[in-house]
Amino acid sequence: MSAALAQMRTAPVLPMLRKQAWAEFIKLFRVPAFSTTSIVLPAMFYAFIGLGQAKTPLAPGSHVTFGEYFLASMALYGVANVMVLGFGISLANERGQKQDLLMQSTPLPAYVFFVAKALSALVIALMAVVVLSVLAAAAGGVDLTATQWATLAYRAMLCSVPFIGLGFALGYLAGPNSAPAVTNLIYLPTAFASGLFFPLHLLPQFLQNIAPYLPLYRGAQLVWDSVGAPIEGGSLTTDWLYMAGFTVAFFALALWAYRRDQGRKFN
Amino acid sequence: MVELQNVSKRFGEVQALDDVSLAIDTGEVVAMLGPNGAGKTTSISIMLGTRRPTSGTARLFGLDPRDLRARARIGVMLQESGVPGMLKVAEIVSLFASYYPQPLRTQEAISLAGLEEKSGSLVKDLSGGQRQRLYLALAVCGNPDVLFLDEPTVGMDVEGRRKFLQEVGEFAAKGRTVVLTTHYLEEADQLAKRVIVVDRGHVIADSTPAAIKARVAGKRIAFTPAQPLTAADLDGLPLLSSQVDDGHVRLLTNQPEDVLRELFRRGVEMGSLEVAGADLEEAFLAMTHHEEAR
Repeated sequence: MSAALAQMRTAPVLPMLRKQAWAEFIKLFRVPAFSTTSIVLPAMFYAFIGLGQAKTPLAPGSHVTFGEYFLASMALYGVANVMVLGFGISLANERGQKQDLLMQSTPLPAYVFFVAKALSALVIALMAVVVLSVLAAAAGGVDLTATQWATLAYRAMLCSVPFIGLGFALGYLAGPNSAPAVTNLIYLPTAFASGLFFPLHLLPQFLQNIAPYLPLYRGAQLVWDSVGAPIEGGSLTTDWLYMAGFTVAFFALALWAYRRDQGRKFN
Repeated sequence: MVELQNVSKRFGEVQALDDVSLAIDTGEVVAMLGPNGAGKTTSISIMLGTRRPTSGTARLFGLDPRDLRARARIGVMLQESGVPGMLKVAEIVSLFASYYPQPLRTQEAISLAGLEEKSGSLVKDLSGGQRQRLYLALAVCGNPDVLFLDEPTVGMDVEGRRKFLQEVGEFAAKGRTVVLTTHYLEEADQLAKRVIVVDRGHVIADSTPAAIKARVAGKRIAFTPAQPLTAADLDGLPLLSSQVDDGHVRLLTNQPEDVLRELFRRGVEMGSLEVAGADLEEAFLAMTHHEEAR
């Protein structure tokens, strides 16, 4: 009996996680449609919208340039973009191809699979921030202190966390064919409505009214502050609390969507 | 080792399995046979724990099949499951191997499945047959005690199927347990020592391929007629079934002498005449057809 019990073991989790995360990364990276849109798109927006007026002060007399302000905006846009699109569309596709069917019968714990996906998406998000920052520093004359660069990077990365939950939820709620449309329909307008592309005061009044309840708006305050740009009002603590709340809410939604999908398929 | 106890499964209005009990022991090679929709895939899914029975229990190594310790000792090939297209063959096999406590070496699993030449290719570039081989490599890479194969040779050509079955046979020869579902009867005959026939959610037979053949005492008469047969030629003969394709005639009967005498009397000229015991396929058709008639 003890011999039989001794055989009853599972593989160590850490090597599994390492391999799974690497596999998830190359899966994303080898799809040019995904890797270019996620890594290059924020930099491209920066080139089109930001570079022309990069060295102009944000407001008369301000020491913060538009280039610095827009760098922060695009960094946040970029990381959240990777999470919502990378996570959401790739999960929906994998479900569409019934990849979950085979995974379900392996001894890979579900949490390892999701942590691996999150890690790979975080790495790609970081790459997007690096590409964008290099462009902003080289061509946009952005001049930040080391502390500011570090603050911008970690805040942007932290702000991407709730979007992991959102992407995860969308991946289980949207069908494989509708996922790109649904995620873009949700993500792009909220990026605009949160003031990431145009300052909020240029937007219609009703959007200005709902903006404070959008996660990208809260994230935007945190990244703008990191480069020294003025924030819309309220305190950073409130913004962090909102982000924590969104994280909990989106992950709860994701868990619900996941269980609903599993229940349909595997009961 | 693998056990279903009074397992029933309903999908809405459909009773996919009705009170099925069976046990599979270490080292057995078992084929589950049945027409489409008979409940083969549902049985396998319940054994694996990817579906839950509506009533009854399933056990794998005495554990709940969803227990990861049980899953760590099985390998699975499923119908219509997908794999990531953007990974290379060696990458995905090595990834899957990392899920198991005592895996095979990646190259070993790949060569066992006969995929050496494709080990550097992206999964999305594989042909249908190569993809099935990849699934076999993924199923064996964990060095499993039990291998579950759900319709493993669908979409393979004859030669591919022969090689594939040979590879599975080699794996089984190491004392491993293999459970496969199929509707290719020759697969069951070639590989399995035990055949479980499932029809409309019931186990209707569970014995050796030879015993199942013996259940149909009939003989098969096969010939090529000189002139195409007309309906009148076969009218009123004591046949269990008849099959005419491409000018080749196959008749199944319990009274071969009477049938032949009558055919000669009607002046049917036969080339390459053959009379033999029914093979497993005919036995199976007769059994499930018999069920249908009730």
